[in-house]
Amino acid sequence: MSLADTITETITGTSTGTSTGTSTGPAARTAPAAGSGAHTSPLIEARKLSISFGGIRAVDDVSFSVAKGEIFAIVGPNGAGKSTIFNLISRIYEPTSGRLIFEGEDITSVAPHTIARRGIARTFQNIELFEHATVLDNLLIGRHCRARPSILAEMLFTPGVRREELRHREAVEEVIDFLHLANYRDQRISGLPYGVRKVVELARALCAEPRLLLLDEPASGLNTEETEDVAFWIDDIKNDLGITVVMIEHDMSLVSAVSDRVLALNNGRTLALGTPAQVQSNPAVIEAYLGGDA
Amino acid sequence: MRILFKTSYFEDIRLFQHGGQRFWYGLLVAAVLIAPLVLAEFYVGELTQVIILAIAGVGLMLLIGYTGLVSLGHGAFMAVGAYTNTYLITNGVPFLAALPAAGLAALLAGVIIAVPANRMSGIYLAIATLAFSQIVEQLIIRWEPVTRGFQGMPVPAPDLLGYKLTHGWQLYYLSLTMLMLVVLAAINLVRSPTGRALVAIRDSEISAQSLGVHLFRYKTAIFALSAAVTGLAGALIAHRMRFISPDAFNFLLSVQLLLMVVVGGLGSIHGAILGAIFVGGLPQVIALMRDHLPTAVARTPGLEPALFGLVLVLIVLFEPLGLYGRWLKIKAYFDFFPLYRRATFKRQRAYLKTERVR
Repeated sequence: MSLADTITETITGTSTGTSTGTSTGPAARTAPAAGSGAHTSPLIEARKLSISFGGIRAVDDVSFSVAKGEIFAIVGPNGAGKSTIFNLISRIYEPTSGRLIFEGEDITSVAPHTIARRGIARTFQNIELFEHATVLDNLLIGRHCRARPSILAEMLFTPGVRREELRHREAVEEVIDFLHLANYRDQRISGLPYGVRKVVELARALCAEPRLLLLDEPASGLNTEETEDVAFWIDDIKNDLGITVVMIEHDMSLVSAVSDRVLALNNGRTLALGTPAQVQSNPAVIEAYLGGDA
Repeated sequence: MRILFKTSYFEDIRLFQHGGQRFWYGLLVAAVLIAPLVLAEFYVGELTQVIILAIAGVGLMLLIGYTGLVSLGHGAFMAVGAYTNTYLITNGVPFLAALPAAGLAALLAGVIIAVPANRMSGIYLAIATLAFSQIVEQLIIRWEPVTRGFQGMPVPAPDLLGYKLTHGWQLYYLSLTMLMLVVLAAINLVRSPTGRALVAIRDSEISAQSLGVHLFRYKTAIFALSAAVTGLAGALIAHRMRFISPDAFNFLLSVQLLLMVVVGGLGSIHGAILGAIFVGGLPQVIALMRDHLPTAVARTPGLEPALFGLVLVLIVLFEPLGLYGRWLKIKAYFDFFPLYRRATFKRQRAYLKTERVR
């Protein structure tokens, strides 16, 4: 449980270096200061990714690669194909052509439920929490990919099941502390305000001990203060937990504050790829957002 | 109001959250244990009926209340259990082997329906399971060499290692033991990763999948498990009926089972039990009321189904959370006594849902 360990270290400030725990969750501990330059082997790579729905090419020949420890933002007007890329990585959609490589392995056609176990967790644009369960239960479901449940043993609630259960609960409590969710721990999602739901969904993704975190509009519907919180958290997630983040975001202030590189899309095609400043000054991007010959 | 101060993670998942619960559930167990000693034979029989329905209810609750898969065909699984059990016992298989075999047969039937059911949800699944129950009913009618068709089959008394259970109270204790085991297993399942995966499937399949829940595997497993538990209840109810024929397991039984979990309160084991008490007990209450009503009303044909329907409509209209939901509200009212607000259980506003991608 190196995620839990890492968080504990963060909280207590006792950075003892290597984890003594069993290395089940290999949350990559690249040096936080790796920065934008060092591109050794990419964590995830999309090669000429395309998908068509009927006659519409929602994603058209898009290639990018994200390095370990990077914060990578995808921007673009509505319908540009941003969420479709996430759904392709989550294996909800079948790409028409192209390949997806994660940690050197081809994940273009693996089963969707294995994605989380491989180390990719995500949030959804319109919050897909389990409404009729408590925050705690939601986060525990986030641990599902780290569990190997056997229905028979669970019905008997064997000591092994109990031990596992307590281990998961411990890991979840660390995340609750990390994102300050203790106040809402036992509340049902259906009674929570929107902003809190966003944080719970982020927490649920972290519970899966991912190495790659996909955030679909983490700041949408949040006020300025909450958006700043999100920026801090994304920084912490990268620096303290060593998780690589790919996010879709419209809020350019958030994008330029946290991201190392930005991919701009329009109508499924790549417009620009570079640092936030480069992308923001790219004529094609400006034209896509403002229209006409700006 | 009781405030729980928890000092270990286990306190979140232990069976009894506090001493009060242990006391009240203990009292309940004591009450059902001594019930046959103080109640007349007839009422012991009725209680047995309620208990057996509750077993089926727990099975169905796991499927409908926890996983959100609606089945209108659970009467068929009861039939499969009842006929397997009766056929095996009649052919000399001991009861202790026939009972698990009945569960197993229902489990297999569950797997058969689960595989196509994985492609359906909501109303379509309900119709598919309804069709399945019709097929099973026809099968029982036509497969005369085994089921004796409309002639029906007498059910020999269960034989527990040479000890024949011929009395009503013996079947009562047998059923009660089964119910307790089933409830314990269900509670254990619900507080484990699998139980949470089921809830995840119910509330959002897409995010369940992206968190690593294998939808096909879990849906199939819970269908099979639910069918198996219902099959066990079917085996027991055969012993209670003493004679089984196809019309005992018709569409109405499936509807009764569905009503049980809805009236009891979806998404709670309590709900299954309360629903069973309701469905099993209401006919008796109506029968008792009959004596105190004016003759003109009491003699009206169809009084029973009419009242049954009326109560149901009222419950669905005014208490969508079911009997258990009502109980939670009453409890909350007293817990927060002067501070209870009417809106406590109001459903909060729903936010946009991600488009369904499959």
